[in-house]
Amino acid sequence: MKINVQSSLYTIIYASVMVILVALGLSITYIKLKPIQQQNILKEKQQSILKSIGLVCDRDQAPELFKKYIKDAFVVNVNGDRIDSVDAFKINIAEEMQKPLKQRLLPVYIAQKDGKTYYIFPVRGKGLWGPIWGYVALEDDLNTIYGVTFDHKGETPGLGAQITKEWFQKQFVGKKIFDENGNFVSIAVVKGGAPDNAPHAVDAISGATITSRGVQNMLKTSLSSYLNFIEKIRNKNSNQ
Amino acid sequence: MGKLLKLVTEPLNLNNPITVQILGICSALAVTVKMKPAVVMALSVMFVLAFSNAIISLLRNTIPTRIRIIVELVVIATLVIIVDEFLKAYVYDVSKQLSVFVGLIITNCIIMGRLEAFALGNKPIPAFLDGIGNAAGYGIVLIIVSFFRELLGSGTIWDIRVIPQSWYAAGYQNNGLMILPPMALITIGFLIWLQRGIFKSLQGRS
Repeated sequence: MKINVQSSLYTIIYASVMVILVALGLSITYIKLKPIQQQNILKEKQQSILKSIGLVCDRDQAPELFKKYIKDAFVVNVNGDRIDSVDAFKINIAEEMQKPLKQRLLPVYIAQKDGKTYYIFPVRGKGLWGPIWGYVALEDDLNTIYGVTFDHKGETPGLGAQITKEWFQKQFVGKKIFDENGNFVSIAVVKGGAPDNAPHAVDAISGATITSRGVQNMLKTSLSSYLNFIEKIRNKNSNQ
Repeated sequence: MGKLLKLVTEPLNLNNPITVQILGICSALAVTVKMKPAVVMALSVMFVLAFSNAIISLLRNTIPTRIRIIVELVVIATLVIIVDEFLKAYVYDVSKQLSVFVGLIITNCIIMGRLEAFALGNKPIPAFLDGIGNAAGYGIVLIIVSFFRELLGSGTIWDIRVIPQSWYAAGYQNNGLMILPPMALITIGFLIWLQRGIFKSLQGRS
């Protein structure tokens, strides 16, 4: 029997069978590869948290070092109250940024390195082409920056993408996010170069004004939501 | 045998999909900033093109003409998604750099072009080789362009620094323009010029 390849019935059956087979194949691939992919994302996150306290490592070493150095990870709300029911590591910062400030869940990571305590806060904002994000580690005075790490989705290579480079991130070390009177000033990213030894400013990337400004805004907005938490920790530390 | 070999070698030079047929330019502009993503992109395109060519060629007598293009696209899209998932699982860093461009292989005109022009009218083995050849031709251009862009734009090759630090100290600067897409277009232009200068048979062809 010769099948009429051009008939409507054949066409419909052909399309249906093809779609079902393809869907099946793709589902299997997806399910099989999902755990490995998630592992990658998880390790990458641990890797960048570690990088903010100056520990550069391979992605595969990250889980081990993370366990060793990160002593505590928890979530606070904007008032600085600890919320114990949620896992800090599973918080999606992008989703939290969409929520009104009062409902936002803010992860905090506490690291112990060489006998010192560091507080690590995730930051997230907008670059020129897409989201930028990173981690800021503060020393135990909760004022001095110990280290930062930034990453981006699709900033211009060689220009905005330089926020991931060491020369840019190194500038933040030792800067202070509060002024002498204790007001939150964050860190300015100054076009044309920050004055030498400016305590609250770093150089912008030439040719990447919008990404630089994005970093400045990201630090200001993200860190400001932790102000109450910082206040509380400081009070607690000074009472001890 | 010689004919089969020609399917692979011809697209490398005299029938190159990018420099002669001027297809697939967009991805050649986007992923050639550095060599590593360019090579991964070339390999991904090779996988997709060779297998979609072979699959369509196997199915060529059963595909209803009215939904021919849809069937082709489904095959291409499936293969692209598989590549994307594998990259995410096994070469995560590169897949991050390539980001959306892997997905955009679906719209690479070389692939649709080869399916329509070759796979629908030929047996699976020649179709498979044709896919390998054309993807290799595409890949060679990508690698040449990315070599120059990475060297002049970032001072590195395969992420290894080749321009010595002393040059930078003496005032040498990486050419920021090389990193941006316009210079990729100009580099491809130079390549086409060079190729037509050497192989006169390409001149005057439209």
